[in-house]
Amino acid sequence: MIEDPYLGKYITCVSARSTDKEILKKAQDGGIATTLMVYALEQGIIDGTIVAGEGDRPWEPRPFVAMSREDILKARGTKYSISPQISWLKEATRSFGLDKVGVTGVCCQMQAVRKAQLYPINMRDVPGKVAFTVGLFCMENFPYKSLQTIVEDHAAQSLNSVKRMDIGKGKFWVYTERGNVTSLPIKATHKYEQPGCHVCLDYVSNLADISTGSVGSPDGWSTVFIRTKKGNEIWSKAVAAGLFETKPIEDVKPGLDLVTKLAKEKIDKNRKTVEERKTFGVNKALRDPYA
Amino acid sequence: MELLNSIKKTMGGEAKLAQVVTEIKVEATKEIKSVANKIKLGHVHLSGCTGCLVSMADNNLGLIKILDDYADLVYGLTLADVRHIPEMDVALVEGSVCLQDHESVEDIKETRRKSKIVVALGSCSSYGNITRFSRGGQHNQPQHESFLPIGDLIDVDIYIPGCPPSPELIRNVAVMAYLLLEGNEDQKALAGKYLKPLMDLAKRGTSGCFCDLMTDVINQGLCMGCGTCAASCPVRAITLEFGKPQGERDLCIKCGSCYGACPRSFFNFDVMEEFENINEIIAGALK
Ligand SMILES: Cc1cc2nc3c(=O)[nH]c(=O)nc-3n(C[C@H](O)[C@H](O)[C@H](O)COP(=O)(O)OP(=O)(O)OC[C@H]3O[C@@H](n4cnc5c(N)ncnc54)[C@H](O)[C@@H]3O)c2cc1C
Ligand code: SF4
Ligand code: SF4
Ligand code: SF4
Repeated sequence: MIEDPYLGKYITCVSARSTDKEILKKAQDGGIATTLMVYALEQGIIDGTIVAGEGDRPWEPRPFVAMSREDILKARGTKYSISPQISWLKEATRSFGLDKVGVTGVCCQMQAVRKAQLYPINMRDVPGKVAFTVGLFCMENFPYKSLQTIVEDHAAQSLNSVKRMDIGKGKFWVYTERGNVTSLPIKATHKYEQPGCHVCLDYVSNLADISTGSVGSPDGWSTVFIRTKKGNEIWSKAVAAGLFETKPIEDVKPGLDLVTKLAKEKIDKNRKTVEERKTFGVNKALRDPYA
Repeated sequence: MELLNSIKKTMGGEAKLAQVVTEIKVEATKEIKSVANKIKLGHVHLSGCTGCLVSMADNNLGLIKILDDYADLVYGLTLADVRHIPEMDVALVEGSVCLQDHESVEDIKETRRKSKIVVALGSCSSYGNITRFSRGGQHNQPQHESFLPIGDLIDVDIYIPGCPPSPELIRNVAVMAYLLLEGNEDQKALAGKYLKPLMDLAKRGTSGCFCDLMTDVINQGLCMGCGTCAASCPVRAITLEFGKPQGERDLCIKCGSCYGACPRSFFNFDVMEEFENINEIIAGALK
């Protein structure tokens, strides 16, 4: 077990890509999240999973409980807006009747799952029924209107025409169905970020069973942290079943150094924000959620 | 109280929790079980619906294990044949206090005097909850009108919010309270760290409602739209609109669950990071 102050506890870290061509067609990166959940479903490790599907408006995510391969595939691709995944956590065990619940989501949502397990406040049955979690790396998130502003005002594209969005190489990228590629400096998007993200002290979903993101690996590949015993067991079996191509993280560029660098940047900056909240007013502090 | 205070002090002395937890795990359940002294546990029933007690019982074999190995149930109207409130290590108080019911008022004061740790079990006891909506007028004691959470009459050490509180949280608190009182140094440190946020909730106040999310989370710039609050609401009063919680305030029964459950009300990293080990320790203790 490796313990890193920024990357959390993990058993191994690899670079990987799904071997499932259908999943890769619309996956954000290496299709890790989707492939793992489909595998867990098919193996009976979970009987459904919370994913971020399509909402009412273009590129607005909406969480739902997926109970088939088809439904899990509907959630492929990153939507850069808030998807309240955990709102379904208890409902998954009730209305949906799941005994083994999967959860996909960003770092804070992995934190929410662990809090619900350790301090289940009105979360009956949740602690024992969370069966498998796949967390995403996450630098920040955007309210829907922010996303609209970024894409429609800054990138001057209609959200309806967008095929894919991505953050990388210091830019926010917008790809349209008709082949247009627009980017804007990520700096220009900072002011639209969700305020709650500014006190977030996790970049690579330290509390998930397995966490994954694009940073550190080549295009189309994903960086994967295998963290818990359960995560390790599922990962080993999935790799043995041929579901993933893998490479040691040491062999890929830019590798773990970049992940660490970004994690450190995010967490140090946000720690500072938490600190500054203590003297925000005149002899008045803003509340510290970690006190 | 005395005891809790001294423990709170040692908790500040930064025992490295990760290390402590691993040591506890190595010594494993053998160590937990070998502690001979059972603690004295009581269930004090005030104005509540017995849902909290049912939740406690819903631990099934877990409850039997707790009562076999860790705690003697020395008081409980429904489960133990004892008339007067005895000395207790841990008193689990269900329900709010009816001010017009002399006996309830005396019972809660007596409970405080005779207990080392008073736990407000469930939302009526912690926050008043549904009993806040009483206007009296009910046969056959129509004058029973005013109900207060126990924290308005006595000092409370730990809150277990929830309507009803989840069996698993009752179980966790029971095991941790046992470790706090009877465990070795490491176990005490773990239990102290685990229980601290629930002690802080008890210090924070006696009123709970959706508005806590507004005032102490959203207004404070802390909400990140995870949706946990909606999941925890027993009456489905919360929906997420554009990624932020909206409360149907007329539906809200003032149970305080959403705030306690919110990852941005409290989040103790040192405990959370040990989730895998702590889950194993609790499971081990109840095997
Ligand atoms: C808001 C946000 C910010 C991110 N920031 C970074 C970053 O800074 N660096 C980095 O390396 N990676 C980041 N990621 C992760 C990255 O974009 C990919 O989601 C990740 O690599 C998984 O790709 P995949 O091909 O394995 O997933 P796929 O197989 O394509 O599946 C996508 C999965 O993501 C989930 N998902 C999609 N949108 C959301 C959402 N809004 N909220 C919660 N879950 C969602 C779906 O449920 C699905 O399970 C971010 C993701 C999000 C949602
Ligand atoms: S930055 Fe943190 S708080 Fe914001 S969405 Fe990502 S994980 Fe959640
Ligand atoms: S909104 Fe729901 S969870 Fe929150 S206090 Fe009201 S009833 Fe309880
Ligand atoms: S649980 Fe807290 S952080 Fe999550 S959506 Fe509700 S108020 Fe926001």
